[in-house]
Amino acid sequence: MLKEAEIRTFIDGATNYFEISAQQSATVGSPYLVTDGNPGAYEYTGVIGISGARKGIVYFTAPRGMLTVLLMRMQETDTSDENIKDLVGEVANTISGNARRDFGKNFVISVPVVIAHQVDKVTAPHSRSYVIPINWRTHSAKLVVCLE
Amino acid sequence: MNAELKPSLKLMIVDDSNIIRRRIERSQQIDRLEVVGAASNGREAVELFRRTQPDVVTMDLTMPEMDGVECVQQLVAMNSKVLILVVSALADKATAVDAIEKGANGFLCKPFTDRQLNDALEELLSEA
Repeated sequence: MLKEAEIRTFIDGATNYFEISAQQSATVGSPYLVTDGNPGAYEYTGVIGISGARKGIVYFTAPRGMLTVLLMRMQETDTSDENIKDLVGEVANTISGNARRDFGKNFVISVPVVIAHQVDKVTAPHSRSYVIPINWRTHSAKLVVCLE
Repeated sequence: MNAELKPSLKLMIVDDSNIIRRRIERSQQIDRLEVVGAASNGREAVELFRRTQPDVVTMDLTMPEMDGVECVQQLVAMNSKVLILVVSALADKATAVDAIEKGANGFLCKPFTDRQLNDALEELLSEA
C-alpha cells in the first residue's frame, strides 16, 4: 500500500525527468489504483525490481513514438530499437533511483529489465498497482508502482 | 596558468546505458578533456582503465557485473590521483556520501542538463 506522499515522490520523479532531459514539461493525470493485477503496458517497458525495505516493481511504459521524440529532444540521432529499449530502461531507472531521495538507501533498485513488443509479458507481482498517467506532447505513457 | 597551456586530460565514461555514454561524450564541452573510452559495467571499466590510464572518470553506480561503488574502489586502488565524478540516479544522501568515502570526488544526480554536467566536470577539474 502506498501513501499519498509516496505516490507524490514518483509523480515528481516523472515530471522532473521530462523537465530536465527533454527540456519540456509533461503533465500527469490523476493516479489510479488497479486491483486486477493487470495495470497494462505500451510497446516498450522498462521494469525495475525493488528490494530491501520495500518489495515489488516500478515500471515505465511508453509507445515508440514518444520515446523516439524524447531521444531526439536529448540530441540523440540514433533512434534504433536498441536505443529505444535503452531509453525506456533508463527512464525507469532514473525515476526509481530518484525515489531514494525520499525512501532512503534501503529502497534497493535493480538494473532495468526491458520488455519490448510483448505487451502481454508485462505483469505485476501483486494484484494492487498504482498507475500514474503521463502526457507529453501528443503522447501518453504510464508509470506503474507495485509495492507490497 | 593559461587554460590553453594545460595538458589535455583523458576521460573515461562508465555507464550501462549507451545513450547516457553518448550523451556525456557529446555534451561535455571542456577543451582539455579527451574521451579515451567508454565501458558499460564496472568489470569492463577496470580493464579499460588499465589499458587507457584515464585522468578523469564519469561513473554510474547501478550497473550489471560490477557496480559503480566497487569499481570506484578498484580504480582508486590502481591510481589514487584519478578524478571520479559519479553520475547516478540514486538520489539519497547516504549513497553520495558512501561513493565519496570510497574515493569518488564528485556526485551528479541524473537526470542532468548539459550545463550541470559541464559545471560538475569543471568543479572536479579544479581539484586537479
